[in-house]
Amino acid sequence: MIGPDGHLYSGPSGRLARAPWWALALALAATVFAWRTATSALYADIFWRILSGLGVTLAVTAAAFPLAVALGLATALGLVSGHPVRRNAAALYVQVARGVPILVQIFIVAFVAVPLGVDALRWAGHGSAALGGLRASDVPMGARVVAALVCAYGAFEAETIRGGLTSLHRGQAEAARALGLSQRQALWHVLLPQTVRRILPTLGNDLISLLKDSSLVSVLGVRDMTQEARLYASATFRYTESLTLLALFYLALTLVLAMGVKALEHRYRRHAA
Amino acid sequence: MPPERANAAVIEARSIVKRFGPVRAVDGISLEIAAGRVTAILGPSGSGKSTLLRCLNFMEIPDSGEVLFLGSPVRVRDRALDGLRARVGMVFQQFNLFPHLRVWENVALAPRVVRGAPSPVARSFALALLDRVGLADKAQAHPSELSGGQQQRAAIARALAMEPVALLFDEPTSALDPELRGEVLEVMRSLAAEGRTMAVVTHEVAFARAVAHEVVFMDAGRVVERGAPAQVIDAPANERTRRFFAS
Repeated sequence: MIGPDGHLYSGPSGRLARAPWWALALALAATVFAWRTATSALYADIFWRILSGLGVTLAVTAAAFPLAVALGLATALGLVSGHPVRRNAAALYVQVARGVPILVQIFIVAFVAVPLGVDALRWAGHGSAALGGLRASDVPMGARVVAALVCAYGAFEAETIRGGLTSLHRGQAEAARALGLSQRQALWHVLLPQTVRRILPTLGNDLISLLKDSSLVSVLGVRDMTQEARLYASATFRYTESLTLLALFYLALTLVLAMGVKALEHRYRRHAA
Repeated sequence: MPPERANAAVIEARSIVKRFGPVRAVDGISLEIAAGRVTAILGPSGSGKSTLLRCLNFMEIPDSGEVLFLGSPVRVRDRALDGLRARVGMVFQQFNLFPHLRVWENVALAPRVVRGAPSPVARSFALALLDRVGLADKAQAHPSELSGGQQQRAAIARALAMEPVALLFDEPTSALDPELRGEVLEVMRSLAAEGRTMAVVTHEVAFARAVAHEVVFMDAGRVVERGAPAQVIDAPANERTRRFFAS
């Protein structure tokens, strides 16, 4: 906690005391399960089954995250806008998307918003053959899930980006405008690059959260890692083995992401302002 | 400057009023920043000198009054102001360098972005300006690796990069240790010697006496006294001015 020198986390400072023992414990567990996978047909079976869902998990995350950040950026600019309509629209979206559970948002997007949207499209284009024959079932569940995750995470990213923007020293925007940069140029060349450097740790956290929340797609029957593990477990009643391996898969992915974020942070920290 | 424009006003402020809540920070001031001359704005803290300076390039929007740039009134519209600001350099008390960019990139940014100068051109111009302020060897550094004096000199180079017709200095040495002020004042002195048009808000009385052509002494949002430094600083007519320079 707080040491006598006022620093956080003071304690024994030897090399042994500071070693990341938790990583060793994890590595040990991973080794045990790797060994089990190599030696036991059951574990190998589950392993390949979950691996077959890895692509979907990664694809959902990789599609949703950049879109969520883009939506978040647009919303954040609305939140700090002087334009009352934009500001209120952005605030309304953030409050609603943050206040409704992600699972509920997934259901609403999948079973309410998409059918309504399809109906509207069909009505708007009832003359054309392409739109007239459109049915809600033509919209894949994967796409609905990505849309729902973008909607939910866009609100988080909006708050993150707004926080980063407003934390910058006012002199930065002043200096940019005093040089003759337009609002847009100041934002693009001066404010946003610094904001990104500042919010990198939060963005990394959100990416990791999104990867984990991508498991929610299984409720729509999309066959990601979680869905594959559930299907396997309910068919074989091998719950312990399936779910433990599933958890290890997520852990491995999030650890890799966390290390990537750390490396990026390290690269940008020196001149982050 | 062609001779017929010499001593014409580059920036002319007419009865500027700027309020912050109930306080009239600038209370109806008219001011001419004459071409090729150095105007020093002096006065106690809170007298409104920085606010007045910031009204000249609309970093503060005056509540009333008018600013003429090269003889024509400035329209207070976002876009129109960009044009004015691209031609009037500003140097801040807190330097306000862009920490994510290298020193030369700080200097090259506005020419590249605002004027669309090709990168190599903007870069070599930036390097030349950094050489001009004695920072040729720091071009590749980031602002955080520079001392305060070096940062302010880099900020001056950045303000020069748009080839401004006038330079506004807002307490350029107030955030610096006494030891580091000299190098910044030296650069400013050499700019004045080049015949640059400058408006300087400062507490450096010695600098104003040595470099300024005109001294404007302010108190409580008004101009108390103005004229040549020998008159205002050394032989003030007004009692308030006398008290300020006596201390």
